[in-house]
Amino acid sequence: MSMLTRRLLIAATAALAFASHAVAQDKSIVVASTTSTQDSGLFGHILPMFKARTGIDVKVVAQGTGQALDTGRRGDADVVFVHAKPAEEKFVSEGFGIRRHPVMYNDFILIGPKSDPAGIKGSKDIVAALSAIKAKGADFISRGDKSGTHQAELNLWKIAGIDIAKDKGPWYKEIGQGMGAALNTASASNAYVLADRGTWLSFKNRGDLGIAVEGDKRLFNQYGVMLVNPEKHPSVKKDLGQHFIDWLVSSEGQKAIADYKINGEQLFYPNASDSGA
Amino acid sequence: MPDGPSALQLVLSGDPALFAIVRLSLYVSLSAVALAALIGIPLGAWIALTRFPGRQGVIVLLNALMGLPPVVVGLAVYLALSRSGPLGAFGLLFTPSAMIVAQTVLVTPIIAALTRQTIEDLWIEYRDELTAMNLGPLGRVMALIWDARFSLVTALLAGFGRAAAEVGAIIIVGGNIEGFTRTMTTAIALETSKGDLPLAVGLGLVLISIVIVVNALAWSMRRAGERLAG
Repeated sequence: MSMLTRRLLIAATAALAFASHAVAQDKSIVVASTTSTQDSGLFGHILPMFKARTGIDVKVVAQGTGQALDTGRRGDADVVFVHAKPAEEKFVSEGFGIRRHPVMYNDFILIGPKSDPAGIKGSKDIVAALSAIKAKGADFISRGDKSGTHQAELNLWKIAGIDIAKDKGPWYKEIGQGMGAALNTASASNAYVLADRGTWLSFKNRGDLGIAVEGDKRLFNQYGVMLVNPEKHPSVKKDLGQHFIDWLVSSEGQKAIADYKINGEQLFYPNASDSGA
Repeated sequence: MPDGPSALQLVLSGDPALFAIVRLSLYVSLSAVALAALIGIPLGAWIALTRFPGRQGVIVLLNALMGLPPVVVGLAVYLALSRSGPLGAFGLLFTPSAMIVAQTVLVTPIIAALTRQTIEDLWIEYRDELTAMNLGPLGRVMALIWDARFSLVTALLAGFGRAAAEVGAIIIVGGNIEGFTRTMTTAIALETSKGDLPLAVGLGLVLISIVIVVNALAWSMRRAGERLAG
């Protein structure tokens, strides 16, 4: 072998190694998700398993559901993993997402101060509890950020027959921030706040707060996942993104979700097989 | 409730995740300051030495831009770098590069405005000498920047302080992605939202310590430089 061929060969090998390294590095997707999935620690638990299985890095941008859907709409994420079914169905019907897959559920809980000024502690009726909070003018913190939790809260006021936009008083404070910030605010001002159970279980600055209302069917909180439509945004990593979705709804992914516990308490209940969810 | 480690434990145990975050913070902010210096120092010096119509207005604007709200810069850079934005094809959103761009926008006016003031003061002082030396306009700019080099360190440190302290811009364009775009300030914001206030405060103290170390290094370099220059 001549000197020149050898050099060329070495150069080619180096270039190939470099290229494959670059491809390996690029084996990543961006998932726009909600603060609840991140702050609860779920992603920290399941993503290493997905990475070990597939070698795909999942970069999670944790936002409110409204913002996460908007990130997908702009083509800045490959996958959207959120919890507001009507908004998700609209996202798909407008052609921004390909298909919505149910993944798991947990539930919302009404958090309140131990002093319980609205006298609702231990109730299982969220609608009656909200009516009592309004009647007593007890302090209530609203996310006010179009997140899934905020949309669920607005829906519950509606079921209670309360037009919160019109009927809110100084007791109703919209902070326009994430779940953690809302819990911090409620903790500092001894107010009621609607939270997802996952974030509550992993939240550390509880102060005088505790669970006031839980177990109402209307507090059900369903999560869904969608691939951003590559026809709208060619930059979407279709195959890698679909890989992640397939894994989430596979028996392995569903088991990983079910296995995530804090102090022995399960945070999310997989239900990908329930096509109506 | 699981009790996580405190910031002190993380530092003492040499936690690799914490060091990656510190490294990224320094990489992003120092890169932004370097880029902003490349733009801001020549720009400031040029405005100091050139007379043109509307110059007073430009100076007022430049001084005002020192107070650019990070969240507004973050939003503007987000819209520009988004896949749906004019620079979307580069795919920079949610990467450290996007964070450097945003911080460069924030820091450039600070360095340019402080350079302008420093150079203008020097120019008033040395106008006669520099005129006598018969240097061209470029020569004057170079001579004054060289003369002002120790004062300009303070302008760079002001820019670094701004970059290292802000969270509003980088959390929007970086996305606070674990292990990829999470910096000290976005990590502090995250721990606060998780209600882990002691860890958030601890990380804040670590950040302040790093800023002090960077300033001390810059200061001792300046002192050493001054001694060498006599």
